[in-house]
This record gives sequence, structure tokens and C-alpha cells, in this order.
Amino acid sequence: MNGNEGAEDQKEQRREEALARGAERRRQREGATAKEYPPSPLIQSIVKTLRHLSVDTEQIMDEVIVRTDPESLIETCKLLRETAELEFTYLRCLSAVDYVENIEVVYHLSSLEHPHKTVVKTQVPTESAELPSVVPIWRGADWHEREVHDLFGMAFTNHPNMSPLLLFDGFEGFPLRKSYKIPEQKEGLGG
Amino acid sequence: MSTLLITITQVSILLAFIMVMVLILTYLERKVLARIQMRMGPMRTGPYGILQSLADMMKLLAKEDIRPHGSDRMLFYLAPLFVFVPSFLIWITIPFTRNIVVENLELGLFYIVAVSTVSIVGMVLAGWASGGKYSILGSARSAAQLISYELPLVFVIAGVGILAQSFNLITIVNQQSSIPAIVYQPLGFTIFFVAGLAEVGRIPFDIPHAESEVVGGPFVEYSGIRWSIFFLAEYANTLAIATLSVLLFLGGWSGPLTEHFEWLQPIWLILKVSAILFLIFWIRATLPRFRIDQLMQFAWKILLPLSFVYIMVNATVPFVETVITSNAASNQLTGIAQIILGACQILILFLVAFAISKRRKKYLTHLHQGVPA
Amino acid sequence: MDNIPSTEPVEFMLNVGPQHPATHGVLRLLIDVDGERISQVETHIGYLHRGTEKLCEGETFSQIISLFDRLDYVANFNMEMSYVMAVEKILGLDVPIRAEYIRVVTCELNRIASHLLFYGTLGLDIGAMTPVMYAFREREALQAYFESVSGARMMHNFFRVGGVKEDLPEGFLESLQSYLPKLKQAVQECDQLLTLNDIFLERTKGVGILEKVDAVDFAVSGPNLRASGVEHDIRRTEPYSIYPNLKFSIPTGTNGDSWDRYWVRMQEIQESIFIIEQCIDQIEPGPISGRTRTVIRPPKGEAYVRTESPRGDFGVYLVTEENKEQPYRIKMRSPSFCSLMALETMLQGEYLADAVTILGTLDFIMGEVDR
Repeated sequence: MNGNEGAEDQKEQRREEALARGAERRRQREGATAKEYPPSPLIQSIVKTLRHLSVDTEQIMDEVIVRTDPESLIETCKLLRETAELEFTYLRCLSAVDYVENIEVVYHLSSLEHPHKTVVKTQVPTESAELPSVVPIWRGADWHEREVHDLFGMAFTNHPNMSPLLLFDGFEGFPLRKSYKIPEQKEGLGG
Repeated sequence: MSTLLITITQVSILLAFIMVMVLILTYLERKVLARIQMRMGPMRTGPYGILQSLADMMKLLAKEDIRPHGSDRMLFYLAPLFVFVPSFLIWITIPFTRNIVVENLELGLFYIVAVSTVSIVGMVLAGWASGGKYSILGSARSAAQLISYELPLVFVIAGVGILAQSFNLITIVNQQSSIPAIVYQPLGFTIFFVAGLAEVGRIPFDIPHAESEVVGGPFVEYSGIRWSIFFLAEYANTLAIATLSVLLFLGGWSGPLTEHFEWLQPIWLILKVSAILFLIFWIRATLPRFRIDQLMQFAWKILLPLSFVYIMVNATVPFVETVITSNAASNQLTGIAQIILGACQILILFLVAFAISKRRKKYLTHLHQGVPA
Repeated sequence: MDNIPSTEPVEFMLNVGPQHPATHGVLRLLIDVDGERISQVETHIGYLHRGTEKLCEGETFSQIISLFDRLDYVANFNMEMSYVMAVEKILGLDVPIRAEYIRVVTCELNRIASHLLFYGTLGLDIGAMTPVMYAFREREALQAYFESVSGARMMHNFFRVGGVKEDLPEGFLESLQSYLPKLKQAVQECDQLLTLNDIFLERTKGVGILEKVDAVDFAVSGPNLRASGVEHDIRRTEPYSIYPNLKFSIPTGTNGDSWDRYWVRMQEIQESIFIIEQCIDQIEPGPISGRTRTVIRPPKGEAYVRTESPRGDFGVYLVTEENKEQPYRIKMRSPSFCSLMALETMLQGEYLADAVTILGTLDFIMGEVDR
């Protein structure tokens, strides 16, 4: 039994590798190669600002990504907003991605004073999905957080009003989680 | 007995006349608006869509009569009548020519002012009886507006009465047989026209039933025949204001050749009324609507003081004239007095226009600051 | 003494929407009014929530384009633009230069069409009937152009990953070139009809002021942000496509009131016409699409792409998995959503009638707010 399963696994792995190689070849043939982006000077100043916090900073493509843990999220955001050379006053987007075990909340920030942008990411386990709210830092996070609460079941502590935004009252489940099953609908009227 | 019969016949003819006129008026309004807006207007019902109003009327009559739950049954049914009856009663004393009038009242103008005020009650009743928040808001607006604009209207009518020394409409028109009153009373005409527009609630004063704010105001819950009664009243009022301004200021049925050909009189009246109606439609196609506080400010801070000034000028000039010429018997102004009166009023109008343009200039300088380099 | 009515101000709650002519769709406002003054507002959205983000997770990359058409349904090209750019960024794909020009021309035409719609409906909101007719005459002409390009007047489904669906039809650019002066004249006519009308000035000047601080804090974008005096346009600050090659100015307001928001949009129409004229001069024949597979399987990665839609900063956050035909997650950052967030602050203390002008000048599209 055991050996059989191992063989299956190997087969599966080989298949995936082959698919990946095929995809890579296709991309090369189509002239779509990963573009080179110049390293951003922003990374140094972010690292300098956040050096006493447990954050990971890296550059992927043209985005500077700051990975932080939920505990130091508020501190990170505050520093990013208030440090003179960063001034991330503009919260572009707040979204969440469900990675089954974890839910990642992504904050896209930019500055109107300086031509730079950054991404703050933090992950919380799906069972205890809870994060501090950033509404005190950017008021514009209000509805975004309510939306994430609706669709992912993420609780934001300190949020002024955590009522449903997009879904109706009494909606069951969190539709954007990968575990959500879309209810079967009957054909025709009354379905 | 026979007088009663005659009166009933006269009133029925008048009622039918008003209904037909309203049908024509709605058709014309839609066509004029359409031309201004580069459209065709109604085209499908009959040649050039002339049967459109008739078709609309049939549709409205055939519609289900709906009364919202929670409304006051009796008042809800009564309110349209409260609005329509006064607007119809006005017409009893409005003359169409020197001889055609249902009842030539000696205090005709006074009667018109008194009767037309009753329709405010109907508006408030309609809003209240519907039991909706939008209708209440609309009727509150409508009461405030009608009461505010009643005042300048009454003052202008008083001013006209002072000059004519009569409240009889036929006398007033007869006095204008050589020169229409607008020549020496431009201010009076302006105030009367503006206040009249507000009285009938047309753009830019259609705040009581602004569709985008209170979605129809007092009439929001009405449909079918009851709504069409309101509609009828509104258009009868519009027509009445247009006719009145022609009678009071534009010389009524008097015009070239009317002395020789009696039948030209109603034609001249119709032409003049049409011109005023066209002006009303044109304004409707051009202007946005005021806000309720601006409307009130306009009434109490601009129109009412102006009508005070108007009544003062109208009273002073004839008085000075009688003192100088010591000719108290004649109630007609002499040519010189008319010129002085006209000059005074034009001066006042010019001052008002100057104040408005100055205000506009303030905005314009602001605009240029806003332009990026 | 008990039966003397109280003279205390009585507030009552007015339910505006979801079916109300001023809400431009299915927005619902619970307004507490004190007479004609608004004392408090509660905004309710979600009446048009179709779960587009969830739907996208089950569709292939090329099917999703048609879902984006249905977000901001008066600026479809601009919606598609953000999405295809996000996929191209993950793929690392270069788009042929002619395709970029076609995209920009259609996007700018769509911006004009959208602003004309704004102009017309704002006129209706404040009681002027004629503007909407003038605006729609030109909008009809523009939609005829859209139809000739994409085959559809509204839901175009025209952009493709790596290019556009088809080349411009024959004679399109010549026809557009001869039409643009007419459009310019028509826009001027519209301008004369409303912009400096005394009543219009009274109704919009100093009404519904959105302070700069509030605008930035709520992440308001596009014309609404620029009207508050922030010179911020994605086409300039983070140039994409061929915008670096084009000259245009960014109109900004000073007060952030309703009139400024209106004025900025009217100026943007002129700028868009200018941009299209430059594009017509610069565009050259060439391929309109790269060699892209019908079934797109991008590598694992993520991209956040923003473009300037007529309503502002429209962003797409795309997360992909290795070798999957469907995206792992798509999030649309819609500008109207953020503008509406500022509404509660803006409406406080204004007149009920001004709520209508403020809603009109914020120029939101509920399809994009609710997604």
C-alpha cells in the first residue's frame, strides 16, 4: 500500500515538473521572459526605519514587500506613515488572500509626496483570523476591512463598525475562502 | 332658472376649454423642449404626434387608482380637488376679449389673488394625506414657497391697481389700448413673471416636486386620474399666469387693427400668451433649479424689497403728477409721467442686474485662480 | 399646558434609495434630516454585489476580461486595461506598440464618454434637462466608434492579454480625426450651457467641500482628489503604456467643492481629446497582438497594477499559481468605493438638495463599488 502511494506521488511530481518545464519553454518561445527591474532605493530606508521590528523586506519585480507579523503590524504601519522620508499617507488597497491554513492581508501603500510605493503583508491562521484594525492610521481602511470581514471572516479589533458591508444580514459563510462551497441552485423559478 | 342654466353652460364650456388648452399646452411644451434639445419630440401618435396628449390622457384615465397603505383616505381623495378647483375658479373672471368673459367682476384681480391662495391647502393636504416622508417634505417646501411668492405677486397686483385705479381686468386692458403697460412698468412685469413662475412651480422654482430630490413631492403617491388632476391644475395655473401677465402688462387683446376687426382680438391675445408660454418653456430648457434656502432668500431679500420699491414708485409718480397738474379727475397717466415711471423702473432693473453681474465676477476671478499653469 | 406642541427641532430619518433617481444606481442612504439640513448619514452598499472576485477564481484568464467589462459599465475599456496589464506584468509580456496606441485611444475615448455621462446626469440632478440631451448626442457618436472597433456598444471584451482583439477598422482614424473638432465644439457648447450659469454656480460653489486631508485619508482618487487640489494622476506619477510619450496637463481644483469636481472633469475631456489627437499623429502600422496562447498559464506570482480610470485609481491585485488556468485571487480596488467612503463626512450639515449635487459630482458607478 505504502509503496504504491509513494509511486503515485512520484508520478504526480514528475508530471508536474514536466508541465512546469513545458510552460517555461512556451513562455520563452513567446518572448515572455521575466523582466529585470532595477533595485529600488526605497528598500534601505524602509529597513532602516523598521530595524527594531521583526519584519522581512524584499523586492519582487518592482514592488517592495514588507512582511510583518500581526503583533507588529500597527507599529509598522504607523512608522511607514509617519516617517518623514517615507510618508505613506495613501492606503491604495487593502485585500486578503486565503492560503487555506493562513489568511494573508495585503496593504498596498503609496505616497503622494514621494514617487514610491510599497506592500505590507501579514499572515494570520485561518482558525483564529483576527488582526488589529488600521482605521486609526488610515481612515480609508474602514470599508476595506469591513469587506474583508464579510468575505473572509477576518475580525478586525478596534474597528469602529464591523457590520456587513457587501453581503446581506444573515449570510452564512465566507464566500472568498477557498473552503466555501457555492450552494447548489435549482434550475428555473424559485431556485 | 334660465340664468342658472346659462351659468352652468358657460362654466362647462370653460372647463372643456381649459382641458383642451392643457392638452395643447403639454403637446407644445414637449415639442418646444424637443426642438431646443435637438430631438423630435412625440412623433408616433398621429401626424407629428399631435394626438400624444390625448393618448397620455387615455392612459392616465385607464390606470388603476392606487391609494397607499397608511394614508388618510378622505383627505387623499379630496386633495386633488383642493388644488384643481381654485385653479379653475381663477378663469371665471379672466376675459378673452372685451366681451367674452364668464363673469366680469369689478374686483377681478382681488378675486384671483384670494382664490388662488386656496391651492396651498390642497398641496399640504396631498403631502400630509399620502403619509410618506417625501410627500411631507415636498408639501412643506411647497407651502413655504407658495406663501413667500404670494407676497411679491400681490404687491405687483396692488401696484397695477394703483396705476389703473381699478381691479377690473377689462378696464386695465382697455387703458393699455395705445401702449402696453410693460413699456412704463418693466419692473412690475419682471417681478410678476418671476413670482408667477414660482407660484406655478416651474423650473427654476420646481423645488416642491423636484424629481431628483423629493421624487415628485406632494404628488409622489398619486397615480392615474388623481395625478392627472394635479397635472391639469398645474398647467391651468401656468396658462393663467401667462394670460394674466399678458392682460396686466402686454396690453391683452389690443393690438394693431383690433379697432376695426373685432375678431383679431382673441388672435392677438393668443399670440401674446404663446410668446409668454414659449418664454416659460425656454427657461425650463435652460436653467437648473434653485435650492430651497436660495429660493427663500430670493423671495424675501430680492423680490419682496423690489416689489416695495415698485409700489412706491407707482404710487409716487401719479401723485406728483396730480399735484403739479392739479388734474385729479383723470385716472390716466400723461405721456411724460409714463416716461418718468418707465425710466425709474428701468434704472432699478439695471441696478439689480449690475449687482448680479458683480457677484458673477467674483466667481469668475475665482475660476481663473483655479486654472493650472 | 401639555397639548402645546413642542418647538424642539424634530429629526426624521429619510430613506434615500436603493431606488431613487439621485443615487445613480442602487446606493442606499439613511439620512437623518433636521428640516432640510442633514445631520447624519449612513451609507449602505452591496445591492449590486455579484461576487465578481469569486467568479474570477473559476474562470480562465481570457474569460475574465468580460467580467471586468461589467464593473464600471460606463468605462469598460479602462476596466479591461487594468486587468490585461496585470496579467501581462506577471507573464512579463511586452505588448506591440500599435496595440498600446489602440488601447490608449479607446481608453481616452471611453473617458470622454464617461465624463459626458457625468455631465448629463449632473444636469438632470440639479433640474436642468437640456445638458443630458447635448451630452448623449456626443456619447452616441462615441459609442458608434466603440461599436466599429469592438462590435459592441458597451460590454466590449476587446482587450486581450498581449494586445487587442482586432486591428482598428479601415478608415477609423481618419473618421475620428474629422470628428474630434466637432466633439471639441460640442463640449464647448455643453460648457456654455452649465459651467457659468448663475444658478449652477449658486448650487455648486462651496457645496460639499472635500478637504485635501480627508481626500487623502480616505484614499479618494481621480478627478475627486484632483478637485481637492492634489495633483495626482496615475498616468503621470506612475506612467504606464505609452503615456510617457504623450503630452497632457492635469487640471486641479482649489476648493474641493462640487463645482471644482465638475470643472476638473470638463477640463479632462479637453485633455483626453488632446491625447487622442497626439495618438492619431503617432500611431504606425504594425502587429496588434503578441504571440499569446489561447490558454494562458502564468507562473506563480502576484502583481498589483493601477491605471487611471475616469473615476480614478483603478487597481487590480492579481495572485496566480504555477500552471493554473485560473487566477488564485483577484481583488479590484475601485475608485468609486473609496469616494463613497468619504460621503458620510461630506454630507454632514449640508442641505438635502445638496446631497444630490454631491452624489452627482462624486460620479460613482455602483457596479464598480459593489463588484
